Amino acid sequence: MFKDTDKIGPGKNVEGTEMRYRDAFNQALRDELNNDKNVLIIGEDISGGFDKKTKEPLDAWGGPFAATKGLVQDFGKDRIMDAPISEAGFVGAAIGAALTGLRPVVDLMYFDFTTVAFDQLLSNAAKSRYMFGGQTKVPLTLFARSGGGTGHAAQHSSAFYSILAHIPGLKVVTPSDPYSVKGLLSSAIRDDDPVFVVNDKKLINMTGFVPNETYQIPLGKGRYLSEGSDITLVGMSYTSVVCMEAAKELKKLNINAEVIDLLSLSPLDEDIILESVQKTNRIVIVDEDNPRASMASEVAAIVSDKAFDYLDAPVKRVTAPHTPVPYSKGLEDAFLPNSEDVIGTVKMIMGA
Amino acid sequence: MKIENKLEWIYETLIRIRFFEEAMLEQTYKGNSMGVTHPSDGQEAVPTGICAHLTEKDWIGSTHRGHGHCIAKGLETKKMMAEIMGKFTGNCKGKGGSMHIADFSKGMLGANAIVGASIPLAVGAALTAKYQGKEKDSIGVAFFGDGASSQGVLHESMNLASIWKLPVIFACENNQYAEATPAWYAVSIEDIADRAASYNIPGVVVDGMDVFAVYDAAEQAVKRAREGKGPTFLEFKTYRYHGHFHADQPEKYRTSEEENLWKKRDCIINFEKRVIKQKLINKNRLDSIKKKIQKEIEDAVEFGLSSPLPPEETLYEDVYVNYSNDLRGFR
Repeated sequence: MFKDTDKIGPGKNVEGTEMRYRDAFNQALRDELNNDKNVLIIGEDISGGFDKKTKEPLDAWGGPFAATKGLVQDFGKDRIMDAPISEAGFVGAAIGAALTGLRPVVDLMYFDFTTVAFDQLLSNAAKSRYMFGGQTKVPLTLFARSGGGTGHAAQHSSAFYSILAHIPGLKVVTPSDPYSVKGLLSSAIRDDDPVFVVNDKKLINMTGFVPNETYQIPLGKGRYLSEGSDITLVGMSYTSVVCMEAAKELKKLNINAEVIDLLSLSPLDEDIILESVQKTNRIVIVDEDNPRASMASEVAAIVSDKAFDYLDAPVKRVTAPHTPVPYSKGLEDAFLPNSEDVIGTVKMIMGA
Repeated sequence: MKIENKLEWIYETLIRIRFFEEAMLEQTYKGNSMGVTHPSDGQEAVPTGICAHLTEKDWIGSTHRGHGHCIAKGLETKKMMAEIMGKFTGNCKGKGGSMHIADFSKGMLGANAIVGASIPLAVGAALTAKYQGKEKDSIGVAFFGDGASSQGVLHESMNLASIWKLPVIFACENNQYAEATPAWYAVSIEDIADRAASYNIPGVVVDGMDVFAVYDAAEQAVKRAREGKGPTFLEFKTYRYHGHFHADQPEKYRTSEEENLWKKRDCIINFEKRVIKQKLINKNRLDSIKKKIQKEIEDAVEFGLSSPLPPEETLYEDVYVNYSNDLRGFR
């Protein structure tokens, strides 16, 4: 759905297919399981269900949102390991496996469940390399589903990217379409540092063009989704879609918005942000995370610090409120930053 | 292997740990170590009796009280002393200190200062071994204390190890105290080893002051793991001679009668008595081993004291394998 104008994107004449985000995700897992026999996947219900007589996995679920569907048939239960509900235990075991030569991929189901395993993530995955003086590495990939808008309520809808991006030793990526999830997941699994791949639930059934070949999107690189000269809109994960919707409407008002999709939150592509704002002189950052100490705040601080002289308007943020995610549809809609919120903010600082 | 063939190694290791901890404490009191240290003297029999059965291909996870585990697993005392002194020549280039000594080349996954947090790492190492079909040559041992026995992650790890039948040993050093809190208060059961039954894991109570008993119990558990029969839980009743950390005053929460009772069971004194009585090693040989280790530890202290501090730019190194942003903050 995106017109890629930067280097990140499928090249011309590449063979590919229209597919859903979840299918692109599944394809990347499949590619990496084929690529390296030390890759294995651990998580709850990633095949889902066992035959009581044969003790063999049934693949009844194929993972939450069917992310791992079909993998257990092709790669076996030793590589597609269903885990009991014990996030700290199996994340810890995956870190131990990563420290001793495997490249585990962990499905944490909902992003909120990250906190159940948070000590392992913070104290072991992120710090081992540093506190042991660089003598080891932790090639671990974690993924989970984030975001509101699906009626999953407060404990199944968080988008606290900033909590993870805050941690030295961890990397965090936020794909925003089928193309980017395939490339970023592949990069994450091949990377020697622990990487968290956050998948917004609102993206999971989105379709888009995905090259058949295996490819990697470099961690720490953002991309332009559209070019414009009047204002920069910065999105991440699903808010990149929101920014594109807003840009389309703004065009009708003769406002040309440049949309940047961060893709990677840690490391962060500061250059693309600064390059754009130096051209447009105005910036709005759109983030579904709670506002305090968020990625939106971080980008705002970087722009204020490094591009102050280029600014013609205050740096603005469009974020979720400082509340948990509510359940009732109307409240949930009010919680989520949408394109109207973005357009309103743009109009305000453009004096339009 | 018959213990008779390992006796000198065992004695050397017991003495090395004891002398190391004594010298380490002396240096800490002198202000030469750079932070908090947790001495393990009194508990030497446990890591020694277990690691006697391990090779560098086996993995151990350790705790904040980890010097004994490190030494028994073959880490060099001079690098350990340098690490505790915050020196660049330490195991972790001075970045870890006493609570994070690690040596991956020796199968040592690191001392860990979050109580219980290294347990799943040892389970993960066992998972790697099983996944790669190397159980015979590579098992995991998780060292932890009575304090960690109430941590959720231990129970999650035991369940995982049991259902996945992993080659791992849960080695609980029940030294009677978690910081200042006695096990009789904090643990709901008399023998922590009984908790293993809930996970379908054999649980064995062992005299942790007797290195012969530790050696025998560990032999069975190691054999079971290497044969692919799954995990074992060993609870060692033991005692730390010092307080929780170097400046702790244990007399505030335990009696000298209690301390003396345990010291009568000292693993080194009783080892010496036994091998001399049974004519397994003579007194002269024991003395010469002691002398050798004494010299080694003096050299380790000297090495630590004379080693350089880490260069300031190393502050920013080893956070990631690769990272495209500047790691320096703002100032």
